[in-house]
Amino acid sequence: MTSSTTHAPASPAGFAPAGLASAVYAALATVRDPELDEPITTLGFVASCTVSPEGQAQVRLRLPTYFCAPNFAFLMVADAYDAVAGVPGVAAVEVMLDDHFASDAINAGVAARAGFAASFDGEATDELDDLRATFLRKAVLAGTDLVCRPLVAAGCTPAELAALTLGSVPPSPELTRLLQRRADLGLRADDAAALLIDPATGAPVGADAVPLHLRRAGLTRTGIEANTSICSGMLRARYPDPS
Amino acid sequence: MYEKDGEKYFIVDSHMHYWTAGPDNWVPGAEQYAKGWIECFHAYQSLGPKETHWPIEKFMSYTEDDLMKDVFEDGHVDVAVFQPTYLKEWYTEGFNTTERNAALGEKHPGKFIANTRFDPRDGDVGLTELRRNVERYGSKGVKLYTAEWNNGSRGYKLSDPAAYRYLEAAQNLGIKNVHVHKGPTIWPLDKDAFDVSDVDHAATDFPELNFIVEHVGLPRIEDFCFMATQEPNVYAGLSVAIGGLMHARPKFFAKVMGELLFWVGEDKMTFGSDYGIWEPKWQIEGFVDWDYPSDEFSDYPRLGTAGKKKILGLNAARLYDIKVPDECQLPAEAGTPAAQDDAQLVTGA
Repeated sequence: MTSSTTHAPASPAGFAPAGLASAVYAALATVRDPELDEPITTLGFVASCTVSPEGQAQVRLRLPTYFCAPNFAFLMVADAYDAVAGVPGVAAVEVMLDDHFASDAINAGVAARAGFAASFDGEATDELDDLRATFLRKAVLAGTDLVCRPLVAAGCTPAELAALTLGSVPPSPELTRLLQRRADLGLRADDAAALLIDPATGAPVGADAVPLHLRRAGLTRTGIEANTSICSGMLRARYPDPS
Repeated sequence: MYEKDGEKYFIVDSHMHYWTAGPDNWVPGAEQYAKGWIECFHAYQSLGPKETHWPIEKFMSYTEDDLMKDVFEDGHVDVAVFQPTYLKEWYTEGFNTTERNAALGEKHPGKFIANTRFDPRDGDVGLTELRRNVERYGSKGVKLYTAEWNNGSRGYKLSDPAAYRYLEAAQNLGIKNVHVHKGPTIWPLDKDAFDVSDVDHAATDFPELNFIVEHVGLPRIEDFCFMATQEPNVYAGLSVAIGGLMHARPKFFAKVMGELLFWVGEDKMTFGSDYGIWEPKWQIEGFVDWDYPSDEFSDYPRLGTAGKKKILGLNAARLYDIKVPDECQLPAEAGTPAAQDDAQLVTGA
């Protein structure tokens, strides 16, 4: 694909080996904003994605504001680099973040595979694993709300919900997503595991604690959705696409 | 005052600004940050109704006449609370200082409350300045912007010992209200900069102070709400929630309001327009007319006329000891607190 601003993959334009540009874009679609828990492709964060005939992939990313938190920005740039580098046929990768106060530090750090702490020397002491886990736990809570809402509407009581296992929940895209997030966190995601768990410890939620747990899950989902709303509005104001 | 359907609403805009952000005020060498900051604010304005959008030139340098017209003449506001934001690393004269606000306030007696601010990284000099500002401007509140850059530091936490020293000093000087704005670049960068647990600690340790978390803790509404249920002196400042969501994303606004009404309650929510990001007129008129858009929201608490009066002015009037005309007071039977009780939250939710 050669367009500099489109979000959806255009039909292969003949510059790159057949299918490679699409494969690179598909790899980018596996990268999520850790805070919003959505792919960077659907969020509109991929400004451009090109692949040369020699297999050199160039990706440019953009964010809703100049001051978006640099730690999340770093994770997205680094994850995009890893995802694209793993595509068979890609010979070289360049991922650049545009228009951000920390663009230089992030781009140089990711290009050098230096890690976060080294890229922000003196301003950060750790890598971002804990931060990522914190937001995965929020994603598990928000996903719990998505999965449980129809069950509650169908009359499921707190005691029944507390007894449900993952294998007893009807399949849905929401359930698949929840299983993935739990697996990402190293939590049980097998059929025999409890549906309702404390995402910090993995411990099942007792029947008495179910109402508050569900309220918290709904609150967490609302928070993430509100942020996504504001971020998408800000991105549109910053980069009004002709399309 | 705003009147609708025979109901009179006393309006306190508890979070607004009078900034100067044009290129003539940009610190040489830091122009990109000053420009990036005001452009980011300007993008927020785009989330309001189209007819209220300003060109960036006006947005950088709106005038006293603009403010008086937008906030008081057209905007229904009775009393407005200035919340300073200094950002002197980027703006030569400061973005929105106590002095600049107070100079405008002194020309319009009774219209404004001039809050001041502090930065715990400023040491003894900052304490002296805080005392001078409180004495000179009668400030009863401070605005704390925890992500402000200061001599190589990218922010501080309210639970830092230096911050406690300042909070003690502020309390001794008669400060009652602490408006907190969490920001995105706080040190260390490997932690979540928007985390509100430091407000939790400070609110517990300073029970005589009120902590108004601006922008309802956005983007950490969930952490904020859960903390606010446990701290009687923590309030939700609605700036950005109304301006950024009510028009642009009404469905998500309804969910956010529902959560806030459930976890925080209508007695602890305060309206703020965040002018000049958004004009207050459309926010107030829309909020008075607001209701949940559908039955989908039936498990959230309702918000009636009395609750709207509290949020739009009466709650902030209580925090700032502002005299409210009798015609705008609630009838006695409507004064029962509607906030959720903690025990009920935990057992009956």
